[in-house]
Amino acid sequence: MANVALRNVHKTYPGGVEAIKGINFEVGDGQFCVLVGPSGCGKSTLLRMVAGLETITGGDIDIGGRIVNQIEPADRDIAMVFQNYALYPHMSVYNNMAYGLRNRGMPKPEIDTRVQEAARILEIGPMLDRKPRQLSGGQRQRVAMGRAIVRQPKVFLFDEPLSNLDAKLRIAMRVEIRKLQRRLNTTSIYVTHDQLEAMTLADILVVMNGGQVEQIGNPLAIYQKPATTFVASFIGAPPMNLMPLRSDEIRSQFAGDGRATSEAGIVGIRPEDFVISSEPIPGGIALDLTLEAIERVGAETFIYGTRQKEVQGVAATPGELPPGEVIVRIPGATAPAIGERIRAIAPREKLHLFTADGRRRIDL
Amino acid sequence: MVEHRPWNDIIAYAILTLGVFIVAFPVYLALIASTHDAATVVGGNMPLSPGGRALENYYRAVFVGGSRTSREPVGHMLTNSFISAIGIAVGKIFISILSAYAVVYFRFPFRKTAFWIIFVTLMLPVEVRIYPTYKVVSDLQMLDTYAGLILPLIASATGTLLFRQFFMTVPDELLEASRIDGAGPFRFFWDTLLPLSRTTIAALFVIQFIYGWNQYLWPLLITTQDSMQTIVTGIKKMLTTTDELAEWQLAMATAVLAMLPPVAVVVFMQRLFVRGLVETEK
Repeated sequence: MANVALRNVHKTYPGGVEAIKGINFEVGDGQFCVLVGPSGCGKSTLLRMVAGLETITGGDIDIGGRIVNQIEPADRDIAMVFQNYALYPHMSVYNNMAYGLRNRGMPKPEIDTRVQEAARILEIGPMLDRKPRQLSGGQRQRVAMGRAIVRQPKVFLFDEPLSNLDAKLRIAMRVEIRKLQRRLNTTSIYVTHDQLEAMTLADILVVMNGGQVEQIGNPLAIYQKPATTFVASFIGAPPMNLMPLRSDEIRSQFAGDGRATSEAGIVGIRPEDFVISSEPIPGGIALDLTLEAIERVGAETFIYGTRQKEVQGVAATPGELPPGEVIVRIPGATAPAIGERIRAIAPREKLHLFTADGRRRIDL
Repeated sequence: MVEHRPWNDIIAYAILTLGVFIVAFPVYLALIASTHDAATVVGGNMPLSPGGRALENYYRAVFVGGSRTSREPVGHMLTNSFISAIGIAVGKIFISILSAYAVVYFRFPFRKTAFWIIFVTLMLPVEVRIYPTYKVVSDLQMLDTYAGLILPLIASATGTLLFRQFFMTVPDELLEASRIDGAGPFRFFWDTLLPLSRTTIAALFVIQFIYGWNQYLWPLLITTQDSMQTIVTGIKKMLTTTDELAEWQLAMATAVLAMLPPVAVVVFMQRLFVRGLVETEK
């Protein structure tokens, strides 16, 4: 049981590439923290720095009140689950789990108790004598988790542990990891590029981009109030519609809205915040769209339309829609046909406004 | 689309059969010659069917030695060959797995240089550096010793490269998992890397055992006493006679005996050997 704090953590590789550019956050005791971001954003590097597998070139990492910058991974009291599981191929499941305990000189009966207990929790009891290659992907995943929990560490570290599983198993394991973590109440840091995993697992969500933290907070709060256009387009699937507008356009269209200052340059609307209607909403936004594509998922339908009034002039950030395209989510499976023209409207309180560079959200 | 043309098969098999025949016939001849008496072999009209002197010839070859020319029984030479071949094979594996471990897993100054120096020695086989090697061995008083037979031959770039290639296929996460599990460099080597290298070790053992067994030039140079002779040099000595008739039947019996250990090693280790060269178990 411990909290983990990162204080102004930096990582610069010998070649001069700065992978981590000063990161600060704290994970409270027993909390589940998820680091999410596109590939190459430094989230795995950061996790490996917490594990001690990468050196840090600046700042402090604090686990349970102890600065661990110079401490070997084995002595940091952490356990890690790897993306490819990293099970020892020549050892049985039992030995895979017992190996770390033996290296610490734990007495045999206690090792046995812990391994059996972990096997019971993870329902891998009948497989203890098998070798990893005789197991399915999901079972290997469980063994990797077992290897982490027998250690009873202060912190669990997960490095994209579910990305090698098929979609169905991934959802099942996701729920299981969360239940397990609640039950053991162990502080956890989890790295993923899957925003759905991030949303469902996290107590604290850390959205990273380019070696920096974009936003930290409760997942729902981040969803509802993304701090930058990057977060807005990264969290939520399909992504938020971001529309660059000239500030005079914004001021005229949003007259009376205190947010419509001269700084405002981008308007964001989540696909589910639109309504298809010809009734105008006062103070809201209305878009005339020509339908280009329709995705029927069953309970909901996503329609992709082109805005008829082109608005120019903003560099695309990752995940942003191509200029002119808007995604609208409507409930149910009914939808207009391709090529049809519709009017999508969104109320003013559902609009997000960002500065023209997308780096800051504008709130009242 | 694969067409089945019977003629292709027939020609292919004929060529293969011819190949097998070319390789196997001398061996067969040696086997037959070792069962006749000296006069029959030398007479020039040796039959292609076994004679009746097999037991006597093999008994003399193993326990007595040639009557005039070679003074050492084959039994002793086999032992010498065996000790040096095992020594060379085990020594090479030991040295090369450690150096590969160092080159792949440790960061130290001039690591690349060290690797290239090892690599360059591939181009310097014993024959090329034979004089300096001889000088060193003789200065160290290792002529006519097992150490002298073994040590100069155990440095192995081939082995180092083979292990290096294998180590590079081992996922980095295994090392990282070991580090988190509290295994230091030695434990990781012993508990994880060594068991995973089993098939590679077997493959290398087979190759190097045969390499060691077949050494001719080096043992010939540094052994002067008959008691240190290896079987491969021994066979040759059996045939250098001045005015006597070479005892071909004994030489052939010795040759057959000399073939057995490498054949046995290949037969018994073939499964591991092939796996070691072909597949990497992960």
